Amino acid sequence: MSGQTAEKLAYMANQIARNMVHDEAPVASVADHIVAFWTPRMIDQLLADGVTALEPVAAEAMARIAAGRIPPPQTRATDPAVHGSDAG
Amino acid sequence: MGYERQADFGTPEVRSDTQVTCSIDGREVTVPAGTTVMRAAALTGGSIPKLCATDNLKQFGSCRLCLVEIDGMRGTPASCTTPVAEGMQVHTQTPKLQKLRKGVMELYISDHPLDCLTCSANNDCELQDQAAAVGLRDVRYGYEGENHLGEMPDISNPYFDFDPSKCIVCSRCVRACDEVQGTLALTIDGRGFDSKVSAGLTPDSFLSSECVSCGACVQACPTATLQEKAVKEIGKPERAVITTCAYCGVGCTFRAEMRGEQVVRMVPWKDGKANRGHSCVKGRFAWGYAQHQERVLSPMIRESIDQPWREVSWEEALSYTAREINRIRDKYGRNALGGIVSSRCTNEEGFLVQKLIRAGFGTNNVDTCARVCHSPTGYGLKTTFGTSAGTQDFDSVEDSDVMLVIGANPTDGHPVFASRMKRRLRKGAKLIVIDPRRTDLVRSPHIEADFHLPLRPGTNVAILTALAHVIVTEGLADEAFIRERCDWDEYQHWAEFVSAERNSPEFLSPVIGVDAEAICGAARLFATGGNGAIYYGLGVTEHSQGSSTVMAIANLAMVTGNIGRRGVGVNPLRGQNNVQGACDMGSFPHELSGYRHVSDAATRALFEAEWGVPIDPEPGLRIPNMLDAATDGEFKAIYIQGEDILQSDPDTKHVMAGLAAMECVIVHDLFLNETANYAHVFLPGSTFLEKNGTFTNAERRIQPVRKVMEPLNGYEDWEVTQELARAVGLDWNYTHPSEIMDEIARLTPTFAGVNYKRLDAEGSLQWPVTDAAPDGSPIMHIDGFVRGKGKFVVTDYVPTDERTGPRFPLLLTTGRILSQYNVGAQTRRTANVIWHEEDLLEIHPTDAENRGLKSGDWVKLASRSGETTLRATVTDRVAPGVVYTTFHHPATQANVVTTDYSDWATNCPEYKVTAVQITPSNGPTEWQEDYEAQATRSRRIAGTAMEPAE
Repeated sequence: MSGQTAEKLAYMANQIARNMVHDEAPVASVADHIVAFWTPRMIDQLLADGVTALEPVAAEAMARIAAGRIPPPQTRATDPAVHGSDAG
Repeated sequence: MGYERQADFGTPEVRSDTQVTCSIDGREVTVPAGTTVMRAAALTGGSIPKLCATDNLKQFGSCRLCLVEIDGMRGTPASCTTPVAEGMQVHTQTPKLQKLRKGVMELYISDHPLDCLTCSANNDCELQDQAAAVGLRDVRYGYEGENHLGEMPDISNPYFDFDPSKCIVCSRCVRACDEVQGTLALTIDGRGFDSKVSAGLTPDSFLSSECVSCGACVQACPTATLQEKAVKEIGKPERAVITTCAYCGVGCTFRAEMRGEQVVRMVPWKDGKANRGHSCVKGRFAWGYAQHQERVLSPMIRESIDQPWREVSWEEALSYTAREINRIRDKYGRNALGGIVSSRCTNEEGFLVQKLIRAGFGTNNVDTCARVCHSPTGYGLKTTFGTSAGTQDFDSVEDSDVMLVIGANPTDGHPVFASRMKRRLRKGAKLIVIDPRRTDLVRSPHIEADFHLPLRPGTNVAILTALAHVIVTEGLADEAFIRERCDWDEYQHWAEFVSAERNSPEFLSPVIGVDAEAICGAARLFATGGNGAIYYGLGVTEHSQGSSTVMAIANLAMVTGNIGRRGVGVNPLRGQNNVQGACDMGSFPHELSGYRHVSDAATRALFEAEWGVPIDPEPGLRIPNMLDAATDGEFKAIYIQGEDILQSDPDTKHVMAGLAAMECVIVHDLFLNETANYAHVFLPGSTFLEKNGTFTNAERRIQPVRKVMEPLNGYEDWEVTQELARAVGLDWNYTHPSEIMDEIARLTPTFAGVNYKRLDAEGSLQWPVTDAAPDGSPIMHIDGFVRGKGKFVVTDYVPTDERTGPRFPLLLTTGRILSQYNVGAQTRRTANVIWHEEDLLEIHPTDAENRGLKSGDWVKLASRSGETTLRATVTDRVAPGVVYTTFHHPATQANVVTTDYSDWATNCPEYKVTAVQITPSNGPTEWQEDYEAQATRSRRIAGTAMEPAE
């Protein structure tokens, strides 16, 4: 594995899910963990190109994240990461 | 501070609830029962002559110089072996005593060179002092008789000499080696006149003996018999400054004994609460790198890494760097920037770097090298206990009855604390070692582990769960503790899990590779043996289940009730000097100082008010994610302070690719390290001897680092970071690191009561230092866990995806050795290389025989990631199927072999498990040769001879 590819992110998400499968609410735990430790860009990349490689708990967690998420910037002009918080 | 020896009270301090009052030379003194007359006299300000006594060794009673008279007692007892009694009347100076002492001293001096004026210990010699104290004026026996004056010195050790002609056979060195260090390398050979200190059987020298060069014997010697070569070369120190060692996480404090701007020697400070006056070969002697010729003292820049470096002024370097940062931010956005701060740096430096990245670069892309060592500790202990730190102080080990050491090799990695462990073990504490290798702690003089469980690498969670299975199913759990202190429902859920047959030792034994009976025995011992303390290191964290293992350890401590008092607890042994501090200071991309998540609006508001800028509420990139993003073309610039990620991080080729893909790599360090081969800006760093600040050791102890000499590069590191911050537009005006600590205290609840004035007064403070605990917190979770109820977490064993197979049938695990430190940037530039010139591959005799290998042979070490060559050493320290090496030398680049598998929760790399194959080799690999050629090209400096820096 090399490169921050969606494949690698999917591997990471599956790995998290396998280690949280005994939690009381594993889907919520996995979703919370990913939101707490991943950058929004990493989440975007996985949602865009990696969900098909996800195992069930990880897939459900990512679906939960996607459902509660503001859509990622569609163009560079609307990307706050490019222009900083005072853009626009 | 001027130069004077530390006060020596002659015999160790005694702890007792009973106080005893006596009179010494008419002065009344009250001391704990059991205190010796010698110590009591010293406490009154008096001084009884002595030679064989010193207060970090047990009383010995051999020199007969400390005799006293006591009313009602016959004869002249030795004050070092006589305890005070209530009402005792002691006389230390009488004509009878004077005559006796003079007679004793005459005998010593009759066989001692009279070369005081030219002796290296002149005016710093206890024998000389005591000869003066007893009023010796001549020696009636003459000097012509049989003597030892012709004995030849042993100069084999690179740091100190042994001159037997000056030895008075007081046995202090032998006792120091026994009692303080616990190596027992020295002995008194022969009897009577023939008695002499020996480091082994003839013709053994100090260097060839089992001596580990900790310096305890040198420190104990009252003459010039055992003395630092540096004292002989430079002369007697003229001043001393107390500071903290910059090597491992024990955090030893030292007296830096100076002559002008030159370090003469580093002597462990007896009042140091972490080391209690002891040291190891690194802290005591391996500081020569600070003035090594390869230190880079001028800033350098270049536009691309194929160009030679160009030395420039600080102003040009900083303005160039700021322009590049601004350019890249404008072109790619703020999240194309980031930074890494090392655990070698001070708290104040770490805090400033993350502040620069968050407030100046505008991103949370900041990480610390703790990512690759103890990030699972932070996650695991925060989850289970509520605080990302160990629970005990080092002194706690004195009350431990059973030590469970897992994934740690303290005698090499944390040698000063290992000596304290060994002292307790020699007094009868039990020992369980869980480690694939037979480390020195498993069997050493007067110590033998009750259980050594040589598990298969990668099965930590399985064995810890199996231990828990035995404890729960055999009714050994401390139910009262669990009901009072932990979440009972979570415990029941966990207990049901561990009790399952599939978690039994019998079921897991084939996976773990350890007999079920041994696992059962160890579990029973830990649960029933009294105070149980768990010590662990990177053999726990650097796995794909590193965080799970930390939580499994916490589970084990809770289920046995081993939390919240002396002698117990969960004790992560931190690799570098300031791993704890780097984590505390908000160096992780998801949290601000004090482990508060960036998504917490109230926490962000505090920092935003103090810093005057908004803080991104989303977590930033971790180190491996930064490298991934770089190879994806999204991460373009990085500021790296004090860390050599190219040599230390896993999967070297991937690190190289990531660095090569960046447009501006800024390395702030002492030397042109491996990472600097890919750098565009080099900012010279300062050593721990050249700056002020604080380090926080493995026991949460915040200790001062004090500038003992001016920085050779002109600036302390925090000043360089401040200048860089100013160059990118921040209005920083710190005039001293104490002001940075004040800001840390304002923003970080656990540091609320910390400031330099208190640190100077107390020597150190263990966080949390709060209104509730104004003097700090040596032991945590005494009445309750920080999170409220302790949380049992189910830690299911999930095998690593790094598997052996026909192509790669062996498992490689990596580690450190005593004489070298991490990537070796410091220790390789000292005489320590005499003990470890190169990384060696340990391989079991069976595996070696199968491959036709013998010790000393060159072998190729290959994995799916890459291959390198090194020499083999055949040993049964490792189990069949397991090989081991260190990563101290760039010529080996052991991490070219390790993979990018990592801990599921924290991405801490899985250094400890790599499937490999070993084959005979006849020289470096093509990759190694290419690497060396690239490194040599990259280190060219315009206008200087083209010499490699390493």
